[in-house]
Amino acid sequence: MDIHEHQAKEILAAFGVPVPTGGLAFSPEQAAFRCRELGGGRCVVKAQVHSGGRGEAGGVKLCNGDAEVRDYAAKLLGTSIVTKQTTAQGKRVDRLWVEEASQIARELYLGFVLDRKTERIMIVASGHGGMEIEDLAENDPDSLIRMVIDPAAGLAEYQARELAFGLGLEGKQIGQMVTVLKACYRAYRDLDAMMVEINPLVVCEDGSLVALDAKMSFDTNALFRRPTVAALRDPGQEDPRESFAANHGLAYVGLDGDIGCIINGAGLAMASMDMIQLAGGEPANFLDIGGGASPERVCQAFRTVLSDCNVSVILVNIFAGINRCDWIANGVIQAFKEVGIKIPVVVRLSGTNVEAGRKLIKESGLPIISADTLAQAAEAAVGARPPAIAAE
Amino acid sequence: MAILITEETRVVVQGLSGRIGQFHAQEMIEYGTKVVAGVTPGKGGSTVLNRPVFNTMREAVAETGAEASLLFVPPAGAADAMMEAAEAGIRTAVCVTDGIPAQDMMRVKRFLRRFPRERKMRLIGPNCAGIISPGKGFMGIMPPHIYIPGRVGIVGRSGTLGYEAASQMQSLGIGVSSSIGIGGDPINGSSFRDILELFEADPETDAVMMIGEIGGPQEAEAAVFARDHMTKPVAAYIAGLAAPKGRQMGHAGAIISAFGESAQEKVALLSACGIDVAPNPSAMGDTVARMLSQTSKAA
Repeated sequence: MDIHEHQAKEILAAFGVPVPTGGLAFSPEQAAFRCRELGGGRCVVKAQVHSGGRGEAGGVKLCNGDAEVRDYAAKLLGTSIVTKQTTAQGKRVDRLWVEEASQIARELYLGFVLDRKTERIMIVASGHGGMEIEDLAENDPDSLIRMVIDPAAGLAEYQARELAFGLGLEGKQIGQMVTVLKACYRAYRDLDAMMVEINPLVVCEDGSLVALDAKMSFDTNALFRRPTVAALRDPGQEDPRESFAANHGLAYVGLDGDIGCIINGAGLAMASMDMIQLAGGEPANFLDIGGGASPERVCQAFRTVLSDCNVSVILVNIFAGINRCDWIANGVIQAFKEVGIKIPVVVRLSGTNVEAGRKLIKESGLPIISADTLAQAAEAAVGARPPAIAAE
Repeated sequence: MAILITEETRVVVQGLSGRIGQFHAQEMIEYGTKVVAGVTPGKGGSTVLNRPVFNTMREAVAETGAEASLLFVPPAGAADAMMEAAEAGIRTAVCVTDGIPAQDMMRVKRFLRRFPRERKMRLIGPNCAGIISPGKGFMGIMPPHIYIPGRVGIVGRSGTLGYEAASQMQSLGIGVSSSIGIGGDPINGSSFRDILELFEADPETDAVMMIGEIGGPQEAEAAVFARDHMTKPVAAYIAGLAAPKGRQMGHAGAIISAFGESAQEKVALLSACGIDVAPNPSAMGDTVARMLSQTSKAA
């Protein structure tokens, strides 16, 4: 789960990371007020969206005085920002963060991630901040310093010092950097984060360190024990279809194609998407209905997939273990009755209670295309698209 | 032989008293698996499926000699239950639970390191379908009838995709020695490499089918291991060629977030290590058949 920059800054500040003074605004008037609060001079206005690359996309501006802040805020609020990391629809700007301008002498990169190789929390840092980490890794890999933290001992002070010296810091900055590193580590550990990123962490002209930007994301599996983190969720930044699906126990990811997918199991869902591509089509979504799916949940899966108006055919592919084919079949039939399906539906059932499931589909009299294997199902789905779309 | 489970393996089910635990334990018993006990804190002294239920793992192991444990424990308590199993002397634990916090798994793995090699617990999963040695026994949630006994090992992250492979193999008459689901989480008990090592040492396995997906470094590590340390052939399939970068595809671990984690890159890495990679998921069975015919020709 992602949160906004201003929320990440508030969290990190509470753990001891120095951040610039600033305030939140939901309207141009509030933004102008925040500017006056900061002294009325130069300040930075930043769109709060769940994505990196906001600067290049026009979502960050250094303004001079409250009138300029008001004008910029009026232009930005309510629009959508499209970055390298978002879909073509972009992310809606509903709030702005207005903060004091910093006098930057040097920019550093600092990130905390879960390293899957060592299965531990790893610090990644670079003396060349400001760039995205992917670009750093590609263009300037030698500048990256990596450090793995032993979960039993926590982040040792000598490690933090070593890293600070490695980044070329000196004097009082060493102590400041140790404080920043320990604060980030504690925030990561205590709040079940999956990522903490300060990019850039700047050295100001007066020699002090400050987190100019901050990004945090959290382990959704741990939200049950982190209610304060869960409360930071902003549904306005989520794809409404993904939120709807998640609320009904479905894992859904919207994609660009037109073949809607309803599958059980993440691996089989990915494999079905691969098969559709191979057969010459494009999947409209990833969707895993999970284990023990009731007819009701299957029905909700149809609703979710059909809420994407690009969908021209639906492929249901089930290999039931913990699921039951007869329940799935009943769900498909129920969906025809309740949701009103006007596009072709291909169903492939296999595994637990498959005979009962196939019989139900056959006897329903509904225009359902049945397939026996994964390959047949994908080919049938690609073949069942309306000619206009298939010709594109 | 087979690996990790045979008809002799004495299994305790953590969470036997729950609806799901009971349902799957019943299936396991019907298949011939030696389920000897259950553990549910607070339900000690009761009986489920004619098996005694204990309050603690320590008691269950002492009373029944159980050596393997299957966990149906909800996410919040799963890590604790794994550590309890390890401390009680369990040798193989299989955790089906999906949704365990990553830092809990970090703690479990650190905990497991405190035991000397000879009494260290091997953990399979979490977020997996389980393990089966066809005709002998199984621990997990898979439909056992899709596996026929044979000499090919299967190891994979996804449950249902593993079923797909087994059923393609079944339709070609290819049997399975053991099938191991290692689960879809970013931090898991046993890696692809760990399981390949077991299959290499198993006299009843001739070849291995490895079913990977996007995200993480484990498929690449396994491929290097297969190239450098295995005499038995390995075939593979990698799911997620159509998956976009940076989006989590269902499994907590199925996300492309670093170099080498996309399906395309993994296929290239595996192929470079001499592994025959199925071009699509419906060719998994054919790829195994081709691997076996080449092996017999070479012999």
